[in-house]
Amino acid sequence: MVTGDELLLLYEQMAVIRRTEKAAHDLFLSGLVKGTTHLAAGHEAIAVGASAALRADDYVFATYRGHHHALARGATPEECLAELMSRATGLCGAKGGSMHLTKASAGMLGSYAIVGAHLPMAVGAAWSARLRGTGQVAVAFFGDGATNIGAFHEALNLAAVWKLPVLFVCENNLYMEYTAIADVTAVARPAADRAPAYGIPGEVVDGNDVVLVQEAVDRLARRARAGDGPALLEASTYRHYGHSRADPAAYRPAEEVERWLKHDPLDLARGRLDGLGVSAEAIGAADERATAVVQKAVEAAKAAPAPDPAEALTDVWADGGAAWRN
Amino acid sequence: MAELTATQEAFGQRQITYREAVAEGIAREMRRDPAVVCLGEDIGAAGGVFKTTAGLFEEFGPGRVWDTPISEQAIVGAAMGAAMTGMRPVAEIMFSDFLACCWDYLANEIPKVRYMTGGQVTVPLVVRTANGGGLGFGAQHSQATENWAFTVPGLKIAAPSTPADVVGMMASAIRSDDPVVFFEHKGLFASKGPPAPPDHVVELGKAAVVREGADITLVALASMVPVALAAAERLAAEGIDAEVVDLRCLIPLDVSTVLASLAKTSRLTIVEENPYQGGWGATLVSVVADEGFGLLDAPVRRVAGECVPLPFADALEERVIPTVDKVMTAVRTLTAY
Repeated sequence: MVTGDELLLLYEQMAVIRRTEKAAHDLFLSGLVKGTTHLAAGHEAIAVGASAALRADDYVFATYRGHHHALARGATPEECLAELMSRATGLCGAKGGSMHLTKASAGMLGSYAIVGAHLPMAVGAAWSARLRGTGQVAVAFFGDGATNIGAFHEALNLAAVWKLPVLFVCENNLYMEYTAIADVTAVARPAADRAPAYGIPGEVVDGNDVVLVQEAVDRLARRARAGDGPALLEASTYRHYGHSRADPAAYRPAEEVERWLKHDPLDLARGRLDGLGVSAEAIGAADERATAVVQKAVEAAKAAPAPDPAEALTDVWADGGAAWRN
Repeated sequence: MAELTATQEAFGQRQITYREAVAEGIAREMRRDPAVVCLGEDIGAAGGVFKTTAGLFEEFGPGRVWDTPISEQAIVGAAMGAAMTGMRPVAEIMFSDFLACCWDYLANEIPKVRYMTGGQVTVPLVVRTANGGGLGFGAQHSQATENWAFTVPGLKIAAPSTPADVVGMMASAIRSDDPVVFFEHKGLFASKGPPAPPDHVVELGKAAVVREGADITLVALASMVPVALAAAERLAAEGIDAEVVDLRCLIPLDVSTVLASLAKTSRLTIVEENPYQGGWGATLVSVVADEGFGLLDAPVRRVAGECVPLPFADALEERVIPTVDKVMTAVRTLTAY
């Protein structure tokens, strides 16, 4: 069971993610972030809880709603916000943007914006770990919408057949984009109910409770490392913002929104901290540190330079270049 | 060519088939580098539907040669994940038409991931696939799809025409830190040629002048190379001396060798199996028009596949794919210009 000190660290990580997403939202409105953003406010406990259960050398693959996973794996708010703001100091040198945050040096092997595409990649990373005998686990995080695409099913089957150390973690926030997942899916639990078809465990967890997420991922990762194969975890959660920047999410019933906002991951963690005897002052101090680090990140990212246009013609090939002919 | 092969065999020089060369090329790299692993449908004990992986399972075992379900997305996606994490996977997509089933990985994932992460990851993998027509498999198992890959920045594209090049280019492809789509031509699997010498490596992006000539340059790829060579032999009897360039790779594209040949011949015909619409020859011709216009004494001709799906019957397929006669007709027009 997690200690108060340990949980306070997780709480602070979630607080940093929440504030980074708020900053991204505000920066977009002020015109400093272009394109679109898919904010993960509300999903913090899944990234932080899972990350706390994983080894530093494990692999994580995320989606275009992936800021929380980059941050949970050790990317700084400054690197992330600089990327969103098209700065040279961004995580990907401003070549990726909001949908492709990646921190490969921390095992965060990318955010992919084609729905479901990264599940087979995680299977491959797990296959590689097994071939190299490293004991690493690969985790694919994906939305509920990914459960109806072919790559999801191909990945689950291959992972099961090869008994690979890979975890499939569904962040079920009830809506694909604008349509409720329940309206377009043949089973009640879009991820977990598919697991039996592939002979792997399919569990459901409260994705807003960081402690429950950590416990579930820890258990399933141990199982995978022991050679018992893949598992699927469906984490129930809810978006605090719309699908993307253009979406006010008016399709969600007010009563539903209200119910979920009362089931906020940060509030739940605060309640647990209180129960573990962590003082309100200590929690407040964590909040203040989170606020300060994100404020500083915003300022630093604003001050950072734009990328050199010459960088557009680098990084295609492993030699750093982009030459397609002689 | 047929007589030459018979003569070489009569003198005891061993010949190997293109098909055997594929397995030989992979095996050489698997012996050299334990990070090389294979995955695909029926590639294990079955040795591949074209027997291009024959012997690999026996030599390297199930830990390095993995049979997969019919799941093209899982095959290529898993190869990508393995390549990003320290392995050098060689994935087989049985027929190149099936690349469409996993096209997301070849169009959106594999070629973009290094770029969009600012160079944080590399994807050293090979996707091998049996390409092209001539065997009467019909519209969904016969298409020449090298031009599909050619539309995507970030993929290297190899398409050898001889057994020795298969081995040498396979070595380069597997050792490459960049993703390579390796087109093996179905129509060439039974063809024979001299075996590759030990440690044979053919650098990607180097075309070969396989027949020297002074009057016209024929640029061809894969199964169109023997077509171009046969046309050149017959044209020689008419007093036309054709140079034949085997492009060998589409990316990197060896423009220099083509322009150097044109400096000699001043005339160009491209022989490509993929359809005229969107075929790779169009890009090569645009480079020639841009940088080699002054070298030309005649218009440029592309002898390419007709813009229809590949039909089944031999007589129909022959009407669609470039033939020796079609090449000769194009060349005669240009040399008379």
